[in-house]
Amino acid sequence: MTDIADQSVSTAAATTGRSLLQRGEHAKRRAASETRFRMLGLVAVMIGILAVVGLLASILSNGVSSFFQTYVTVDIYLNPAKLDKTGNRDPEALQKVTTFAYAPLISAAVEKLIETHGIEIEGLKPKDAAKIISKEAPASVRNYVLAHPSKIGETVKFDLLADGRVDGYYKGRVTMDSAKLDRNISPERLELADKLKHAGVLKTRFNWSFFTAPDASDTRPEAAGLGVAILGSAYMMIIVLVLSLPLGVAASIYLEEFAVQNFFTDIIEVNIANLAAVPSIVFGILGLAIFINFAGLPQSAPIVGGLVLTLMTLPTIIIATRAALKAVPPSIREAALGVGASKMQATFHHVLPLAMPGILTGTIIGLAQALGETAPLLLIGMVAFVREFPGAPPEGFFDPASALPVQVYNWTTRGDPAFVERASGAIIVLLVFLIIMNGLAIMLRRRFERRW
Amino acid sequence: MKFKHLAGVAAGALLLAAAGQAQARDQIQIKGSSTVLPYASIVAEAFGENFDFPTPVVEGGGSGAGRKALCEGVGENTIDIADSSSRIKQSDIDNCKANGVNEIQEVRIGYDGIVFASDINGPSFAFTPADWFNALAAEVVVDGKIVANPNKSWHDVKADLPDQEILAFIPGTKHGTREVFDIKVLEDGCKESGALEAFVAAKGEKDGEKMCLNLRTDGVSVDIDGDYTETLARLDANKHAIGVFGLSFYQNNTDKLQVATMNGITPSVETVASGEYPVSRPLFFYVKNAHLDVIPGLQEYIEFFVSDDMAGPDGPLAAYGLVPDPELAATQEKVKNRVPMGPLN
Repeated sequence: MTDIADQSVSTAAATTGRSLLQRGEHAKRRAASETRFRMLGLVAVMIGILAVVGLLASILSNGVSSFFQTYVTVDIYLNPAKLDKTGNRDPEALQKVTTFAYAPLISAAVEKLIETHGIEIEGLKPKDAAKIISKEAPASVRNYVLAHPSKIGETVKFDLLADGRVDGYYKGRVTMDSAKLDRNISPERLELADKLKHAGVLKTRFNWSFFTAPDASDTRPEAAGLGVAILGSAYMMIIVLVLSLPLGVAASIYLEEFAVQNFFTDIIEVNIANLAAVPSIVFGILGLAIFINFAGLPQSAPIVGGLVLTLMTLPTIIIATRAALKAVPPSIREAALGVGASKMQATFHHVLPLAMPGILTGTIIGLAQALGETAPLLLIGMVAFVREFPGAPPEGFFDPASALPVQVYNWTTRGDPAFVERASGAIIVLLVFLIIMNGLAIMLRRRFERRW
Repeated sequence: MKFKHLAGVAAGALLLAAAGQAQARDQIQIKGSSTVLPYASIVAEAFGENFDFPTPVVEGGGSGAGRKALCEGVGENTIDIADSSSRIKQSDIDNCKANGVNEIQEVRIGYDGIVFASDINGPSFAFTPADWFNALAAEVVVDGKIVANPNKSWHDVKADLPDQEILAFIPGTKHGTREVFDIKVLEDGCKESGALEAFVAAKGEKDGEKMCLNLRTDGVSVDIDGDYTETLARLDANKHAIGVFGLSFYQNNTDKLQVATMNGITPSVETVASGEYPVSRPLFFYVKNAHLDVIPGLQEYIEFFVSDDMAGPDGPLAAYGLVPDPELAATQEKVKNRVPMGPLN
């Protein structure tokens, strides 16, 4: 054996004039080009990873702080002379007392708070001291009084939001130096906040209301939350799921299993592929023209958003479903038909269950895409300031609502720097939802996928 | 079986969609200028807190888009109020008339100052409109001759300005703010510097006036089509630039920006209100009168907007940067009596 091997080596060496064990010019070039390609691939992956890490790091460093919020505990005397002049706790009369009447009560309470803790700060006007409390506070106190009219005349403990700048001070966004230049805060007020923190009445804690509270206007970033946006996005996802899954699956089953191949189905196929590539803003224009102007559906409503996103998601689901159906081997269909099943029975009893994991994966990925979509919503009035929670479905589908990506866009355009933090926080929430959905898709695929 | 259920649900959803059309709208819908948007949302928020009506929905999109949507027709799927940072145009009114929107109320809510601000650590500036014209115009007059703008630094424009490279971020042409910048800064500066006369003498009245608004295209003047947050971000990256902002935006970012004076006047709510600070404009909203008794709370909302509690000198709008209207009482009276606007004068 060795002779033969030796012989062949020597003949090969003879033809090229070199030993096979030594690298020739050509082999060297091939090896070098392979190393180059590997390096390039590695660099490409590294750039990708760096971009993701950079993006995540900047979002996290900006946004994690939005999950925490500073609160001040204040005892407020609910002065009957101010809140209920008639004295008979008539709900209608109480309703007439606006938040403007509540603001002085909070000022008085803050003054008292400073007094009881023996805090003295040079140059701090009593009028300014109350400004460390959010402008949202009168509204929350008023809501409490309207819900508990019997408490008027008593002193009640409230956990009130601190002003956005005071909150920013504990998050590093505001410093003593910047406070000197800032019209909306003064170093004296920050000093007061520090002393209140020391006294234990000012605390920073987890901010649940970021997930439940509605949006707030530009003067009170500390109160702004994602409640309406999360609900609006959830409503839209329900509509997209309910409409696009049955429509998409029915269309693909028909095209894949029943339809005859002819010119007509070819055109449909090309169109579906084209639709999947249409820029999403086009669907927004379509939605405005058809659903709002023609069908008369309300503006800013999740129903219109859901319908528009359904149109956008349908091609994704159809393409994924058809791929899943194609992946089921024909032997399964033939076996079913062979034992006497009708075409419909073969499809629904055998092919569809086997294709289900693929269909669900496609659907979830389509939904995730729809969840992050902003452009079409711009045209149907969902990029708006919405504070009112939409009602329970199905009527709630017609109430105005916001959506998560839209809320991010909205907050980045606001003047107050505190909204930057909010926007990053909203991005984190959106990313978490997307990761959960994609994770679910991967899990379904892993668990139920069958190989033949 | 599963699919029959799903199909049933889908059909049900479509039926509901049809049924929903009959549902009456109970919240006010507002759209328009992004300059008015913060004020409108502050009022909407307070309105929702204090009244038994739902909080109005406020959308941005620009003054022109808002007026166009207002004039789309009468009915629940059209908006009730258009916010606008410039006065309504005859073309809008004609469009309204053509679509059956006959009575519109014009409500002036106050004034907005436009300020010129630079990085807080840089040198401070004292401008006149003529400086801006000489810095940004495509052609200027030097020694009586019309030449392409040779100025590179602010120092070249006027000797007592700092020796800093000229770079200006000005609002793009789709913004209402740009209109004010054109009229109150460039046109006035053109007149002041005497360039207008030279232009008119050279090119005739019409073309001469147009030349005042021709900006140089060598990258010194940059149009910002986004909002003020974009201008601020650009300014952050180019510390030697000067940006054009709304007064309220500046007041929320006084720790990052320093403001330039114009004709020696520092912009503030007071100096704009008194008319001393020259670069300002009125802000409006337009109400569709046909909706007044149809959409619940609409009359209450507009009365609340112009009430002393909100739009007055001590109200939250002034605190945010709106310059209160000295004739607010007259506006309140007009709103109460639902006086529609007359023809444009």
